[in-house]
Amino acid sequence: MRSFGYIDLLSFVHALQWTVLLVIVALAFGGPLALLLATTRTSRLAPLRWLAAGLIQLIQGVPLLGLLFFFYFGMPVFLGIEVPALVAVGIAYTLYTAGFLGDIWRGGIEAVKPAQWEAGACLGLTSWQQFRHIIGPQALRLSLPPTVGFLVQLIKGTSLASIVGFVELARAGQVVSAATFQPLLAYGIVAAIYFALCLPLTLWSRTLEARLNGAR
Amino acid sequence: MNFQQLWRYQDQFIEGALITLALTLIAAVVGLAIGVAGAALLRSGSKPVRLAIRSYIEIFRNTPSLIQIFLIFFVLPAAGLKLPAFEAAAVALSLYFGAYAIEIVRAGLDSIPKSQVEAGQCLGLTRWEVFRHIVLPPALRNVYPAFTSQFVLLLLGTSLASQVAAGELFHAASFIESRTYRSFEVYAVVCAIYFAMVIAFKALFAVIGLAAFRWPVRR
Repeated sequence: MRSFGYIDLLSFVHALQWTVLLVIVALAFGGPLALLLATTRTSRLAPLRWLAAGLIQLIQGVPLLGLLFFFYFGMPVFLGIEVPALVAVGIAYTLYTAGFLGDIWRGGIEAVKPAQWEAGACLGLTSWQQFRHIIGPQALRLSLPPTVGFLVQLIKGTSLASIVGFVELARAGQVVSAATFQPLLAYGIVAAIYFALCLPLTLWSRTLEARLNGAR
Repeated sequence: MNFQQLWRYQDQFIEGALITLALTLIAAVVGLAIGVAGAALLRSGSKPVRLAIRSYIEIFRNTPSLIQIFLIFFVLPAAGLKLPAFEAAAVALSLYFGAYAIEIVRAGLDSIPKSQVEAGQCLGLTRWEVFRHIVLPPALRNVYPAFTSQFVLLLLGTSLASQVAAGELFHAASFIESRTYRSFEVYAVVCAIYFAMVIAFKALFAVIGLAAFRWPVRR
């Protein structure tokens, strides 16, 4: 046993990098996938819509912890080879992000009145041009507050990677707590770091929402 | 892949699922009570009370549920209050759900225009009658979807209680995994059970919603 010291704070800072990396990976791969899901979910082809709806239901109907374990243990089963933990965990967070953001963005797209599509069609724009120049920008504005809200959920969700042994912030908290026998201090500081990351985003999301309502 | 070995453990799966359900329902009921009380105090409480409630909401909504469970399970014993794993998880999840529930209830109450309350007062209704017959039904209807999706998130979130060995489904899974070494199969089955529970609750909520909110909306 040793007392809580400078080195422990340093380990938190180091672990924080991995938390941030997980968030970046989830957004970088999950974002485009979410856009794909949102557009297929609102597509004119019924089978595409059903497929996207089913995927979203599935991802939202399973615990994030379940997704993590499924891919962590599943990748070797699917591929027959061991993959680094970051890859398995990255896939789980990518799908998680795609499932939730896809649904949020679908809501944004559907909230734009159908007459706007028709107006675009009257101007001779193709479906893609209608989406790109008319629907997309308005949907983006509408779905920005919940998107920022999801970001908070995602940051908090990266704490679950600790359970499959990934050393990010929550895991560093466990390690320090076990080494120093000071759970209050260790988890308290970890919680404070998450809070410092998430609170500004929560407040930003609220401001965006208020501005949106004001404009209506 | 071999799922056959898992049949022997169906009792453990079922018991885990039942504990998950118990944890979910306890946290939902306690959390909803916190939500109603908190929203009422946010409306009528004094300034320090309101500040305390706002801090509670922000702290619990902006830190991971997992860390909250750890804090309550590992730190309360130091303060002389030793809670068993299930109880500690139930307390942590109730507080987490409560923070969201306050915001949901508050949004519901805010969604009722003041003129409707005034209309009720003009009819000579008492404060309670106004609340019971004019504010509450449409407010409930407005926040029902938000409440049900938060409930589903809670159901899935109980999986974190496995990290303090609370005996719910995910904890049962790690027990079965340690016996069979069939990690992938065990977690695939567990995901399927969670998914089935979520679908069942969504169907139940849809039926309740249809039955409870049948009056038409004028647009």
